[in-house]
Amino acid sequence: MAVAVAYPFYFMVTSSFKDLLDATRNPPDVFPAVLHPENYVEAWNRAPWGRYFLNTIFVSLVVTLGEIATAALAGYAFARMRFPGKNVIFTIFLATLMIPGEATLVPNYVLMSPSRNACLGLPCLNWFDTYQVQIVPFIATAFSIFLLRQFFRSLPNELADAAKLDGAGHLRFLWSIALPLSIPALITVALITFLGSWNAFQWPLIVTTRPDFRPVQVGLSAFRQEAGSSYHLLMAASTFVIAPIVLLFLVAQRYLVQGIARTGIRG
Amino acid sequence: MAAAEVLPKNATSVRPGRRRFPIEAAQAYLFILPAIVIIGIFKVLPAIAVLYMSLFKWDVIQGAFRGLGNYTDWLYDNSLRSPDFWRSLSTTLTYVIITVPLEIAFSLVIAFLLFQKMRGRGIYRTAYYLPYVTSFVAAAVVFNWLFHPQYGLVNALLGVVGIGPQSWLQEPDGLFAIVASAFGVVLPDWAAGPSLALVVVAIVTVWHYLGYQIVIFLAGLSNISSEYYEAARLDGASERQIFTKITLPLLSPTTFFVFTIATIGALRSFDTVFVLTGGGPLDTTRTVTLLLFKTAFQQAQFGLAAALAFILTLIILLFTLVQFRLVGRRVYYD
Repeated sequence: MAVAVAYPFYFMVTSSFKDLLDATRNPPDVFPAVLHPENYVEAWNRAPWGRYFLNTIFVSLVVTLGEIATAALAGYAFARMRFPGKNVIFTIFLATLMIPGEATLVPNYVLMSPSRNACLGLPCLNWFDTYQVQIVPFIATAFSIFLLRQFFRSLPNELADAAKLDGAGHLRFLWSIALPLSIPALITVALITFLGSWNAFQWPLIVTTRPDFRPVQVGLSAFRQEAGSSYHLLMAASTFVIAPIVLLFLVAQRYLVQGIARTGIRG
Repeated sequence: MAAAEVLPKNATSVRPGRRRFPIEAAQAYLFILPAIVIIGIFKVLPAIAVLYMSLFKWDVIQGAFRGLGNYTDWLYDNSLRSPDFWRSLSTTLTYVIITVPLEIAFSLVIAFLLFQKMRGRGIYRTAYYLPYVTSFVAAAVVFNWLFHPQYGLVNALLGVVGIGPQSWLQEPDGLFAIVASAFGVVLPDWAAGPSLALVVVAIVTVWHYLGYQIVIFLAGLSNISSEYYEAARLDGASERQIFTKITLPLLSPTTFFVFTIATIGALRSFDTVFVLTGGGPLDTTRTVTLLLFKTAFQQAQFGLAAALAFILTLIILLFTLVQFRLVGRRVYYD
């Protein structure tokens, strides 16, 4: 079973090193007779991959940092601060988890459009073909706030009392004590956010048209059309598109698994 | 918390000991402000707007008020739209019915095996998790090739056991009809089953989410106290009895949780279908999410799309409410 699950990866990598003739042989050779690493160069040169990767890396990093910032601040407020309406606001936050992306897709598309009056009678954002259209809507989720809130709540009260005695305010306590103690939770949030952003497909597909702003997934989708039946090149492109996220996963598998087990979120 | 709310705000300036409170409240609001702005603008407002848009004729620009016209068009009123809707709903539900039990069965058994102390467990786990981090676009490239009618490995393997080549992702004919025709039986249309293309899409979906479900099941398994197992072994229970009489019943909350998550995931699936078949062949894999996408972004019928989105949301919401209760329980009573 494990072999069947892992086989597509093996098939992808070995095919990416074959020439077209070997790649189309059926059943396939277990290993390429002659290695063709130049497939990678050819695939790379046939589409603006450098730009695609730059776009994806930039968007994913900014989304991840933004998400951590908003979630740490809000999660901390909900966990350790007193303010009127806290429970009501928190409940509303949680309720937004129930809104599926399908419900917001069309209105958000209109919101980003260049229309001059479709947004409550006002001009819309005119954000098609930009970075912000792929970043701003995604830098806060109730899910991350919830996760960090749970973690901050579990910090011992003695720490907060000691910090208060030392004259440290909330921001100071959050920055120097709560955040460093929450690194496992932060890594979990970061990984889940980064993974979602790296693999994002539907939204960037509809709000970007030019390679200047398109991410790798949309780029790979376009490359499928362009490369046609050059399957050895397609395999090479697929390999370098998933390689960074697979490497990241291998390094940080523990945190991603913990995050899924703890929260049950499914991308 | 309650005490803090009861205190009038102007009282704080009189009592120096309480002075922190309004400052703390103001600071707390500042802390949650970015999240409120983002979630408010891009999640809450659009969720309201979708309902508003669904009441209008809206092709790129807002048109006349239609009341529930967009909804009735989908449900029964329009001879072009409503067949599309019911067909796509049936496709989506078929997709749910194929993927969810398979995901649960496979992930449960594999999680149970991985939970035992065995050699190389870590490598197996990683192998199962890898598909989950892989994008569907990349997966589609590979699976398109594995299921290629002419060059695909799957047909080569079937050839070994004497089964003729299939068209897989390009095959609109039903699975049952194909199997029956191999025995010379012609099935009526209603019994033809899901198109072979949809079956392949379902297989890729199960492949992708297997590792995810395994993680949840492993977490559930580790919550079962080992005392139950020890007691059962002392009483001479077989491994099979232990699995069916202890593991399965004690795991049932987890199983139900996985069931709701998998169902919601399948109802919402878009990338899978879009990159593997684009809804074809002959629209046999056009799920509701795909119909929504086409209505909105290929036909530019935003009003109709909004109504469809709302119908889909109601269906999803039903399952989400169930899931939400379960998540709450997991978190609060851990």
